[in-house]
Amino acid sequence: MLEYAIAIVTFTAIYAVVALGLNLQWGETGLVNLGQVGFMAIGAYTSALLALAGWPFWFAIPAAAAAAGASSVLLVAVTPRLREDYLAIVTLGFSEAIRLVLLNEAWIGGGARGLVDLPQPLRGVVPDGAYTAAYAALTVAALAVTGWVFSRITRAPIGRLLRAVREDEVVPQAVGKSVLRLKAQAFVLGAAAAGLGGSLYVHYLRYIAPEMFTAQVSVFVLVAVLAAGGGSHARTVLGAVVVAVILEGTRFLKDYLPGIDGVQLAALRLMVIGAALVALCLWRPEAMARREAP
Amino acid sequence: MSPSGLLSTRGLTRRFGGIRAVDGLDLDVEAGSITGLIGPNGAGKSTAFHLVAGLLRPDAGEIWFDGRRIDGLPAHERARRGLVRSFQVPRELAALSVLDNLLVAAPARRGERLLPAIVSLGRVLAEEAPHRRRAEAILELTGLASHADAPAGRLSGGQKKLLELARTLMAGPRLALLDEPGAGVNPALMARIVETIRARNQEGTTFLVIEHDMDLVMSLCHRVIVMAEGRVIAAGTPDEVQRDPLVLDAYLGGPA
Repeated sequence: MLEYAIAIVTFTAIYAVVALGLNLQWGETGLVNLGQVGFMAIGAYTSALLALAGWPFWFAIPAAAAAAGASSVLLVAVTPRLREDYLAIVTLGFSEAIRLVLLNEAWIGGGARGLVDLPQPLRGVVPDGAYTAAYAALTVAALAVTGWVFSRITRAPIGRLLRAVREDEVVPQAVGKSVLRLKAQAFVLGAAAAGLGGSLYVHYLRYIAPEMFTAQVSVFVLVAVLAAGGGSHARTVLGAVVVAVILEGTRFLKDYLPGIDGVQLAALRLMVIGAALVALCLWRPEAMARREAP
Repeated sequence: MSPSGLLSTRGLTRRFGGIRAVDGLDLDVEAGSITGLIGPNGAGKSTAFHLVAGLLRPDAGEIWFDGRRIDGLPAHERARRGLVRSFQVPRELAALSVLDNLLVAAPARRGERLLPAIVSLGRVLAEEAPHRRRAEAILELTGLASHADAPAGRLSGGQKKLLELARTLMAGPRLALLDEPGAGVNPALMARIVETIRARNQEGTTFLVIEHDMDLVMSLCHRVIVMAEGRVIAAGTPDEVQRDPLVLDAYLGGPA
């Protein structure tokens, strides 16, 4: 049972890191991103491949965040004028493209079979019996650092400018602020958080494959951010807790629900998440589209 | 050679389909003046503003500001050089407080960059103090001080017009381009707007004002430029312009 709780803490912290990234992009800056999982994949493969090649984790994990952030620069560069629904389509397509490339270009990460026996940070440093707890602590530390950095940004004048871009990007532009720079910064930081989360995710499971990075994961993260209503870091973490508990915390239910096997339970979880998304759209439409039409 | 005005355009042209909204516009705004830009509907005044501020690209022509060509610069770079515009339909940042709406326009400072914000947030916030004081002074001047902490979306229509003016001033413009600052504003707020523009002009800010209210133009402006069909048809003191037969023709729909 303790192991189970530790696992939930680990998953929750990872989801929360990725959700904080989306919250910076969407909640603060108004940049719709339905492809957060694409940046998770880039980060995950980056650190997995580096770790397998023998690089130390103090390098591989930051490199995962950096690679995800850098890849988002490309996305910003080709979509400077896109907003809202169009940006949603592009980001969704981007993440699917990443997954399909990883699936079909087997020389990168083994294609559909993926890569197994990934090295783990802190392995050998902490005793094996305490390893999962140590890993949970590592993910919580990553969450704390991400939350600390992002909350400082949103409290500073730059945070006000990001919110100004969200409200009406013509205004910051008209008073001398580079909207492209602000959007790029929000996008890069949010993508870097996703890369960090993706990296922590696969080293925890010791396994990586393209199937882990389907669009469905972006939806989970989206629900976490929407549940929080956008904007607040603390509430976003709370939203991630709710989503992670629904996703991971319901595994034991199959022991208590007669006539439901693991596969059915997995489908049931998705239905719950889907229902939550619909409920959020009905009851909190302002969280989905908080700006008034121009 | 650069033209002599603080702002000058030469041969500025912009077409929309077959229509020349702005057609070889030669505009000159003297430093230190309050210049009115008037003309019948469809004369191209707002398009001219968009071109000068960089929200639209000209098809032809030059724009000079303070002795340098700026037509190649993006809009935010022009604003950074002191050419700041307000919008005819107010564009308030609805969810942000009125004070924050102004602070968005404060000049570039370290706190707008990521690294200083992360590593030295305390210092960055301390550096906000003078900007905050200036924003509060401008809110006082425009009569919005009592709404400083309210979300800008809750202001009345007239107050939003004042907020447009306040934000433009907050950006510290050398030349403020005001697009109908008084349209749809009640007389009390109108007086406030006029007073604010005059006060700022005394302190050295140049104004170019699009306005339809002729009484306002005649009482406020030192010079008036009249546009019709995309070009300047008259320019001079308010008195001179009022007597110009070309202007009367343009307004009363005489032969083009």
